[in-house]
Amino acid sequence: MEEKIIAAIIVSAIAFVSIYAFTPILIKFLEKRNLTVKDANKKGNVMIPRPGGISILIGIVASEITLYFFFPISEILAIIITSILGFSVGIIDDRKVMGGWFKPVTLAFCAAPILLLGAYDSNLDFPLFGSVKIPSLYLALIVFMIPITGNTFNSIDVLNGVVSGFTTIASFALAISLFILQNYEIGIACLCLAFASLAFYKYHKFPSRIFPGDSGAVMFGATYGVIAIVGEVEVIAAIAILPAIINSFLFLSSVKRIVEHREIKNPTSHTDDFKLKSTDENYAPISLVRLLVAKKPLSEKQICNEVLKLAMFSGVLAIITAFMMGVKI
Amino acid sequence: MAMKIYSFIFVMWVLIIIGGGLVVVFVGPISFSKDIEPIITSGVKVFLALFLIFIWVFILTKLKNWVFKTEVKS
Repeated sequence: MEEKIIAAIIVSAIAFVSIYAFTPILIKFLEKRNLTVKDANKKGNVMIPRPGGISILIGIVASEITLYFFFPISEILAIIITSILGFSVGIIDDRKVMGGWFKPVTLAFCAAPILLLGAYDSNLDFPLFGSVKIPSLYLALIVFMIPITGNTFNSIDVLNGVVSGFTTIASFALAISLFILQNYEIGIACLCLAFASLAFYKYHKFPSRIFPGDSGAVMFGATYGVIAIVGEVEVIAAIAILPAIINSFLFLSSVKRIVEHREIKNPTSHTDDFKLKSTDENYAPISLVRLLVAKKPLSEKQICNEVLKLAMFSGVLAIITAFMMGVKI
Repeated sequence: MAMKIYSFIFVMWVLIIIGGGLVVVFVGPISFSKDIEPIITSGVKVFLALFLIFIWVFILTKLKNWVFKTEVKS
């Protein structure tokens, strides 16, 4: 147990410090090369460096590789490779605008390391009722899981600090759940993601100094998805990100097709004092943010706080679910 | 509105637990005689699981329309 605690402290520190220290350097580098995008929710022409995914990649991969030296198991190797592949898909989308189907299809291939390394168990665990063995169905679940989490996290990257704050809360909840279930190695791997996103949140929170870009957001999602699979906590992981799932669900049920977010009408517009309000446009999709501002306009910071409160609520439900895993009726 | 979203999340959580229970209790134990190929058994389980997901999405869609239609029309 002592070795696990030492490993947890070291890898958490590597994940946090490397991103905390490297991101300011990356900000200067991106600004110097004019790799910036307009912050659509700010008055004037505020330009923000992007993609911050490079710094997230360094933090997550460095900490996970260190963890692999402590625990050389195929599950951690699968996390490392899938995270890098998730980043690669995102960075292509950052550099070149791809169609709506690009990310889901390419992210499905990112699940290959999990299958090739055999880093999964085909039992699906549910609270209160036990587990069910579904070998064939589980293979399909693995292939679908990474595109779903990758796109779900990417779809909430709409305001300053939302995706990094959301990932921090969800992955801390998942790490606690893994510790409750005594899956310590993967719990520590999840801490790497939690501390990496926490360090990035420092620069991404309102007002953002850097955007993660698709590379950062998709990598957050892909890493979260692979941890859920190799940690055998798929149901708990889904519960911890329910607000993001609602966002995707509302979006898909109003748009009724898979489409790149740049192609659709903005579900919100701005008031004179630059708060966000629900758009009057017909056929604009419903989203979580649109629901939050449906009654009255809110500032970007207020909306971000509301989303993070929802994430905390889901995180608590996920932890309760982890406790329920030990109870059989 | 925030309260409605919290309620929606809570209902989703309950539906996940109930759906999981149905899968474990009814779908998981399904098995046919030894003469039948295991792939057919898996196919039946996949079909039933997809049917449960369809019901889950259907309930959520109805719930979404009921909860949010007064606030947002799209």
